[in-house]
Amino acid sequence: MVLLSVNGARHELDLDPRTSLLDALRERLGLTGTKKGCDHGQCGACTVHVDGRRVLSCLALAVAQQGHEVTTIEGLAAGERLHPMQRAFVECDALQCGFCTPGQIMSAVAMLVEVDDRRRLTDAGIRERMSGNLCRCGAYPNILAAIRRVRP
Amino acid sequence: MRPFAYVDERDVAGAAAAVHAAPGAMFLAGGTTLVDLMRQGVLAPDLLVDVHRLPLGDIELDDRRARIGACVRNAQLAEHPELRARWPVVGEALLSGMSPQLRNMSTVAGNILQRTRCSYYRDGHSPCNKRVPGSGCAAIGGHDRDHAILGAGPRCIAVFPSDLATALAILDAIVYTRRGDGGARRLPFDGFHLAPGDTPERETILDHGELVTHLELPTLAIARCSHYFKVGDRSSYSFALASAAVALDLERGIVRDARIALGGVATRPWRCPDAEQALRGKPAELSSFRAAADVALAGAVAGRHNGFKIDLARHVLVRALTELAARPR
Repeated sequence: MVLLSVNGARHELDLDPRTSLLDALRERLGLTGTKKGCDHGQCGACTVHVDGRRVLSCLALAVAQQGHEVTTIEGLAAGERLHPMQRAFVECDALQCGFCTPGQIMSAVAMLVEVDDRRRLTDAGIRERMSGNLCRCGAYPNILAAIRRVRP
Repeated sequence: MRPFAYVDERDVAGAAAAVHAAPGAMFLAGGTTLVDLMRQGVLAPDLLVDVHRLPLGDIELDDRRARIGACVRNAQLAEHPELRARWPVVGEALLSGMSPQLRNMSTVAGNILQRTRCSYYRDGHSPCNKRVPGSGCAAIGGHDRDHAILGAGPRCIAVFPSDLATALAILDAIVYTRRGDGGARRLPFDGFHLAPGDTPERETILDHGELVTHLELPTLAIARCSHYFKVGDRSSYSFALASAAVALDLERGIVRDARIALGGVATRPWRCPDAEQALRGKPAELSSFRAAADVALAGAVAGRHNGFKIDLARHVLVRALTELAARPR
């Protein structure tokens, strides 16, 4: 049995060791907010937090996550109150089809934590730090605007 | 993906012994290379020994050296303030590649042990001497745009892709290991990666079940003045078509000493001692850098589509040296 801690809840699952964290979240726990894009670690759609750090759930084996705390897009809002980054994405219209959006938001939230001084973060710096999240609709200008809105 | 058993090891000797005892076993750390290649059917271990919880996650610094645990995340290494001051080329190399998510997952030992990006190796079915020894090499005479111009052999022309390893090649780095039989080794980084030769499937001098435990960077005065410059198909989150790790010791505009390694163009981390020698005693100016770059690429051999890399690598090296020499110090 594999013990997974996701969004503060503990789940005991009987998992094949081959199961990725992404598949465990989507197929076993019904948390389908995290998206499967390339399944090769190249697109960022599956970005979640493990112990607060942004990682790619498609390249993480679920069995290796025991003892770690996983946060998905479903764990970001406080009840009905959206996380500031979620609100900014809505307000800035930072999406078109929306498929990459959960990964973009999870990545952006962790990115702002990684930076020592958010006020010194330039547009080019944000783009570089978000380069692991692809948006095939090309909503990058508004994604940038949303992240800038959350930056203090 | 082929089925496999999984064990979570908490003890260094136990992890090495577990892989040593099982011919089909592999170590799992960050998994960013391994899980991807298992999904592709390129690697098919029957046992994964998870080492990511081993007590190898610290960076220790003193006047003599940096001792970097094998399981330190690449992001941790890239962001370490004192390390960035004493060995700037290391952080620059790490930040020039990988997405932040991958840097958060992958370890420094996994970085220097990462597999080639050769598409024939990674597709899981083309002839490839690295994947299936003796099956041939589809890259030779094939679509070889991304392949090596230095250090290639008649059996393999795959590029070794690590930016970190290119930086370590100029830093006299040491690799420490624990062997499956209980022994330990101290391996100079120069010589750690093997030329493809007759056995391209063997990429390093590590034996089966030998676990990297630490990397050591000895304190080097010249390393404080070091730099990494890289060109890829994209300016961010891509592998190098050509890159250069350089260090300079300058006195009144004259090069007293130089360190040079090239990445993205060779089958292993590629130190350029002849180009370093060509720079010593010369003025730190464009003509000297160009002459050194000509020496560095003198032995390069072009295939069908990768001839552009010879010129590109030359320009990348000149640019790296020019940028470094222009830095205020």
